[in-house]
Amino acid sequence: MKIAVCIKRVPEMDVTFKIAPTGKAVDETGLKWDMSDFDGYAVEAALQLTEKAGTGEVHVISLGPDVVQETLRKALSMGVAKAVQLKCDTVPFDAYAIGTALAAELKDGGYDLIMFGKMSIDGANGVTQFVVAELLGLPLVHACSKLEIADGKGSARREIEGGGELVSFALPAIVSIDEGIARPRYPSLKGIMAAKRKPLEVRPAQLGEVRLTIETMELPPPRAAGRIIGEGAAAVPELVALLQNEAKVL
Amino acid sequence: MNPDFFNIESALSEEERAVRDSVRRFVDERVLPIIGQCYVDGRFPRELIPAMAELGVLGANLPEEYGCAGLNNVSYGLIMQELERGDSGIRSFASVQGALVMYPIYAFGSEEQKREWLPRMAKGEAIGCFGLTESDFGSNPSGMVTMAMEQPDGTWILNGGKMWITNGSQAHVSVVWAKTNGDKEASSIRGFIVPTNMAGFKAKDVKGKLSLRASDTSELTFDNVHLPATAVLPKSGGLKSPLMCLTQARYGISWGAIGAAIACFEEALSYARNRVMFDRPIGGFQIQQVRLADMLTEIVKAQLVSLHLGRLKDAGTFTPQQVSLAKRNNVDIATNVAREARRLLGGNGILAEYASMRHMANLESVYTYEGTHDVHSLILGQAVTGLNAFS
Ligand SMILES: Cc1cc2nc3c(=O)[nH]c(=O)nc-3n(C[C@H](O)[C@H](O)[C@H](O)COP(=O)(O)OP(=O)(O)OC[C@H]3O[C@@H](n4cnc5c(N)ncnc54)[C@H](O)[C@@H]3O)c2cc1C
Repeated sequence: MKIAVCIKRVPEMDVTFKIAPTGKAVDETGLKWDMSDFDGYAVEAALQLTEKAGTGEVHVISLGPDVVQETLRKALSMGVAKAVQLKCDTVPFDAYAIGTALAAELKDGGYDLIMFGKMSIDGANGVTQFVVAELLGLPLVHACSKLEIADGKGSARREIEGGGELVSFALPAIVSIDEGIARPRYPSLKGIMAAKRKPLEVRPAQLGEVRLTIETMELPPPRAAGRIIGEGAAAVPELVALLQNEAKVL
Repeated sequence: MNPDFFNIESALSEEERAVRDSVRRFVDERVLPIIGQCYVDGRFPRELIPAMAELGVLGANLPEEYGCAGLNNVSYGLIMQELERGDSGIRSFASVQGALVMYPIYAFGSEEQKREWLPRMAKGEAIGCFGLTESDFGSNPSGMVTMAMEQPDGTWILNGGKMWITNGSQAHVSVVWAKTNGDKEASSIRGFIVPTNMAGFKAKDVKGKLSLRASDTSELTFDNVHLPATAVLPKSGGLKSPLMCLTQARYGISWGAIGAAIACFEEALSYARNRVMFDRPIGGFQIQQVRLADMLTEIVKAQLVSLHLGRLKDAGTFTPQQVSLAKRNNVDIATNVAREARRLLGGNGILAEYASMRHMANLESVYTYEGTHDVHSLILGQAVTGLNAFS
């Protein structure tokens, strides 16, 4: 089984973002970057599928400037066999442009399964996998919380309002991964050393036409600071009183 | 707030950051949730050993051909920093295993000894301890009385005892430093690989510790332990050999102390921003701001010292005296940071639920072992004056 996982490098989100002077982008100074959360679940799920099958290999693909190589090497250190950078100076804010480049790379790769996170945690559009599925003419199961491959067929579970939806599909196929499927492993120190010796190929990204751009970004209005009233049962009466009289939510 | 106030991150390679991040996650997920209780119970969490081995932190800067990760010394230091951000006891376990047992086998052992022990120790299947200190010879190990006598057939008989031995009661193997053949000079000291299941070997836990409670500390006794000829570390000779091990471990401790200090600083900072007294967060009062500013400043200085020392070690040009400066300074500032953090936390600061007092108590051991603060002062004093205060 040959699996490709498309991964994106995103800023870590537990910071207070600032907007760059252009007003059209986030100020990147001081940000730390990592693999997008859902993409991490997808890499882990892919590794588990090949480990369970006892055969096959996982490749990862990321589109962007050379800094994405760090994210690719993280996947290699988790156990992925090969990485591909689709090189471009900036990552456009347009899933069509990105999806076109990914589809060109994936088309003749001989992959049984192509995986995505259900969305990137920075852009949060969750559209790229749809573009790729359309361009390659493959079935797509979006936001899987469980995934199994057996006898050349796949089955997946999707969480829907108040229940689950079980689907089956033929291979090759595209799936996008929801949280809950598998917590990504942390790379072992030997894995980090081994990653340096694994193949990382760089090719120019054949981006599609960019038809969408960001005009302006704005921050939500600031929130007032919280406060700690106390701890344990002793704090409850004051908390209830404040919720009633000050916050007026009770 | 990011405690990396000087963006030291930018001076690390991608690989060094990746190593740190993996160990950081391990500590967040596996150590922090249990360590407070382990400390109260006086228990080293042995259940973490397989995961630590799997992650690759045991002997991580030794070569891959012996089953180790083959990392550089800055990565190794970052591992120690992250482990001690969890607890000094966890870092002590890894220091002893890697720098005090695997390192001497690697540096002074025969090829057979290396092949026999290093891969198993990297996998955590064999746990090691390091016996240098004796009850009457702490700062002055050259006075040790433990003696190994070579027999006509080349085997050895070991008699004596060691005190304050980390991992002692859980170890499968000990590296024991002993004088040889009745010679009372320190030049006769040699290292021996002593499996702990040998007849005449006993380990007894030290009871009543108020520091490093999540770590095993033991007294070892050797009563006519009969060792094979292959037990001696062939390239060991004189006090210099154990001191070389201590230099390795002290280097890691200089990083580890930063981890403990960061844990305390972060706890204090978060508390200062949230604890309201006199109708505002205590972090808004100047006294607490001075406290936090002092902590931050000392942490940044310590980080720069250890990072540069690590670069020197990787370049092969560092000196034991530089390691003394780093161990002495960093453990001292960490001890102060921990105490100030504990004070900032008020009454909550004395609880095991918070980390600062645990770190504060732990760091008293770290201040004392691997050369006390005073002993490192004398080493530095000798380095700058050329005058030896020891003799
Ligand atoms: C928790 C813990 C774990 C340990 N683990 C290990 C281990 O795994 N293996 C091992 O071999 N040892 C270990 N040790 C031992 C440790 O290295 C010794 O405790 C240390 O070297 C100090 O020796 P001592 O306790 O005998 O103190 P002493 O040497 O008696 O020192 C007492 C005081 O006198 C001061 N002093 C000593 N000499 C001088 C001098 N010349 N001038 C001025 N002041 C001086 C010291 O600084 C100290 O303040 C451990 C200790 C502890 C507490």
